[in-house]
Amino acid sequence: MRHVQVAVIGGGPAGLAAALKAKEAGAESVLILERDKKPGGILQQCIHNGFGLHYFGQELTGPEYAQRFVDRLEGTGIELKCDSMVLEVTQERRITAVSAADGLMEIQADAVVLAMGCRERTRGALLIPGDRPAGVFTAGCAQRLVNMEACLPGRRVVILGSGDIGLIMARRMVWEGAQVLMVCELMPYSSGLNRNIVQCLQDNDIPLYFNTTVTNIHGRERVEGVTVAQVDPATRKPIPETARYVECDTLLLSVGLIPENELTQTTGALMDRVTNGAQVDELRQTTAPGIFACGNVLHVHDLVDNVSREAEIAGEAAARFALGQVKNGKTRAVTVSGGVRYAVPQRVNEDCEKLELYYRVGSAYKPAVVRVYAGETLVKQQRKQIMTPGEMEKISVQLEPGLSDIRVHVEQA
Amino acid sequence: MYDVLIVGGGVVGCAAARALSAYRVNVCLAEAADDVAFGASRANSAIVHAGYDCEPGTNMARLNVAGNAMFDELCAQLDVPLRRVGSLVLAFSQDDLAALQRLYDNGIKNGVPGVRLLTAEETHAMQPGLSDKVTGSLYAPTGAITCPYELTCALCSNARENGVRFLMGSPVTDVRTAGDHLTVTAGEEQIETRFLVNAAGIHADEVSALCGDESFSIRARKGEYVLFDRAASGFAKMVLFQAPTAMGKGVLVAPTVDGNAYIGPTAVDQTDKDDTSVRPEAIDELTATASLSVPQLPLRSPITLFAGVRAVPSTGDFIVKRSEKNPHLIQAAGICSPGLSSAPAIAKEVVELLGEAGLVLEEKADWQPLRRRPKRFRHMSPQEKAEAIRRDPAYGRIICRCETIPEAEIVEAIREIPGVPSVDAVKRRTRAGMGRCQGGFCMPRVMELIEREAGIPMEEITKNGGASRICVGVSREEGQA
Ligand SMILES: Cc1cc2nc3c(=O)[nH]c(=O)nc-3n(C[C@H](O)[C@H](O)[C@H](O)COP(=O)(O)OP(=O)(O)OC[C@H]3O[C@@H](n4cnc5c(N)ncnc54)[C@H](O)[C@@H]3O)c2cc1C
Repeated sequence: MRHVQVAVIGGGPAGLAAALKAKEAGAESVLILERDKKPGGILQQCIHNGFGLHYFGQELTGPEYAQRFVDRLEGTGIELKCDSMVLEVTQERRITAVSAADGLMEIQADAVVLAMGCRERTRGALLIPGDRPAGVFTAGCAQRLVNMEACLPGRRVVILGSGDIGLIMARRMVWEGAQVLMVCELMPYSSGLNRNIVQCLQDNDIPLYFNTTVTNIHGRERVEGVTVAQVDPATRKPIPETARYVECDTLLLSVGLIPENELTQTTGALMDRVTNGAQVDELRQTTAPGIFACGNVLHVHDLVDNVSREAEIAGEAAARFALGQVKNGKTRAVTVSGGVRYAVPQRVNEDCEKLELYYRVGSAYKPAVVRVYAGETLVKQQRKQIMTPGEMEKISVQLEPGLSDIRVHVEQA
Repeated sequence: MYDVLIVGGGVVGCAAARALSAYRVNVCLAEAADDVAFGASRANSAIVHAGYDCEPGTNMARLNVAGNAMFDELCAQLDVPLRRVGSLVLAFSQDDLAALQRLYDNGIKNGVPGVRLLTAEETHAMQPGLSDKVTGSLYAPTGAITCPYELTCALCSNARENGVRFLMGSPVTDVRTAGDHLTVTAGEEQIETRFLVNAAGIHADEVSALCGDESFSIRARKGEYVLFDRAASGFAKMVLFQAPTAMGKGVLVAPTVDGNAYIGPTAVDQTDKDDTSVRPEAIDELTATASLSVPQLPLRSPITLFAGVRAVPSTGDFIVKRSEKNPHLIQAAGICSPGLSSAPAIAKEVVELLGEAGLVLEEKADWQPLRRRPKRFRHMSPQEKAEAIRRDPAYGRIICRCETIPEAEIVEAIREIPGVPSVDAVKRRTRAGMGRCQGGFCMPRVMELIEREAGIPMEEITKNGGASRICVGVSREEGQA
């Protein structure tokens, strides 16, 4: 059995940044296992601009952003194994993986960083009834077909869900000469970034309908149309009288991302029911000691820049754990109230002094006030012009030593 | 000239083809679709029924019990999963207990082994998580689950290996009697055959009519399902029926051989025989009824909806006999439920009927009943995995992440498909795309492999044959990305 100090699972932006930081923090042997042919993860197929504004102060395409990290691997001694699929990670940090070149690999790691990213929610998970023809794609699958396989997935397109990949794909399909008829969004707001709504939809005259969903798919072999209906904002149930048939040959789904946590579960780490990722401390350590998580496998991010930052925290901590510098003592819980859906980390170590909390709200607040409490004591208060569920928020707080719970609270200002 | 032309590549047609492949006869199977397992054999409850359900004395009762007993050997020979998980029919009231008693009596008359009435406590002990309203059950230890499309594909492969010709994308549209044989139009081809076996599923009445026999008709009754994620499906240990009441047959909660649980089917009469769409109201109907058996269904974790269409015969029973109108015609028609369970016995009977009709049945000395293929990667031990990758590095390239399907198995499947390979034809044989991401990730990779192995350009690859093309053309920026 092979031994490494830090094993990183996933070679997307999170995994690459975590590995680089682990090496910098003193880990001697760092191994990245990536199942795809090349590193970069989902960024490989995101050939549009809009990455890196915060991290590099520059607008890059997805592949360019990834390449910056790949270039930095050069000369570090970090080992990157592509075409390598991890099948299992145990609580004891034993990894089983396969690849064509190396066969079956069994690796013992002192610390593990989970960075497997996320997958898209599917038609099945939404229970959209109707026929099961060709022409129903998740937006990311369609994106891969256009950008990497040079295939055109459709000519008359309806998009369900206003997530960022859906918005980007709307514009991409227009560039390809397809007609994008509409984007339907179940909620009264978009989960995508505002800049994408402007640049991808408004600039191309694509209508965005809120409180609207697809209730049926028609067509035996290829999609011929979909039924679109408004929903009651209170119950989210379709209103039958508003149903109408829209002729199209393609339905793209951009209805949410789900962290790919199958391996996390084999480690026995506790999960967060809201994020669908592991519960972590401020080092991004899961409840399985020495196993860390970062990026979209931990919680879904809207900006890759935040992913890289989070991964650096996890990578550094993993190296320190491998070197015996992390002591797991008592922790204090992080809870949420008011309009906050979730916060990461979910717990902090008692010696943590400077804490950066990432959180999301469940609906739009305009303006909003956010408060952070330690026990009953208000430790920070901030006003924000607007907060929406689509954008991840961050707040930094200085902590006094102690064990009282920390609570993040948002309400209308 | 063929000795036998089988019309229809469902589980019945393929089982007949495979049974006939043991003899020195010249057999062809014509199927309208581009792959086998396209009709009811693709989407059903996957249950090998014990056989207490059918009226004593019917073809259904006889063929179901006989078919069930043939499954162990058949599945072992063909490397198809079969799990004898046992089935329970649940009672919720005093009236239901009376219904169970009737089923029990049927079971005894039909010769079903081991059927037993259980108390509420015995029932709960056998299957945890049941509603506390359950007052007892009928237990049948021979109730089993299998994978209907895998079985059909395996029967097809094994029959082909033993010399049966499969003519795909070839609907039978015309049948003429020409002296001592029939001339049949199947797709582009004119086929001469001494006998025709009608295994055309929902369309068997039409095929029969082409042969001049209009003695029965077939109605369509749709059954819809919700399938759950494996991670949330551990609760389903056994096949759970509900006692038949005046209200209807109830719906099932059951595991699949792949460890997913499902609820279904509905029963919806429809005029369109090929409509497999799921109605919007089906979901609420199914969850309401299935929750009576299992109150805590994993409703947050569905992975797909699907529907199949039952071929309900006007005669009320399976029609397995030589036609009285056309002596060249052997019927295997009206095969509704429990048709999957009965298929091996129906196939055996079809062979006997052909023999009685004058076909000389001489056994082949070199018949190969075993489907020889490597063990599935996901079932291998770590040592076996290491060995497989050493032998063929394509085992080390995992294409479908959710189900852990390596390139080697996808390539093997592409070669095994009798017609033009499609993404769903690969899926039926390998499970690639059946997991929780539903092919979102692996579909483009499977398409690349189909292009490479079968030489079909990416933009011409279909989801499921016919006009179900996945892409509508090449992208403008081809070569740039
Ligand atoms: C909802 C549902 C649930 C069920 N559950 C169970 C169960 O749990 N257990 C069980 O034992 N049984 C079950 N059944 C029944 C079982 O699925 C069927 O009895 C069985 O699959 C029938 O197989 P088949 O080969 O007769 O028909 P099919 O699988 O429908 O095959 C018929 C084939 O004939 C082809 N064809 C038709 N016309 C022509 C033509 N003119 N030329 C060429 N080809 C043609 C079709 O394309 C099709 O491929 C269920 C059925 C349904 C619908």
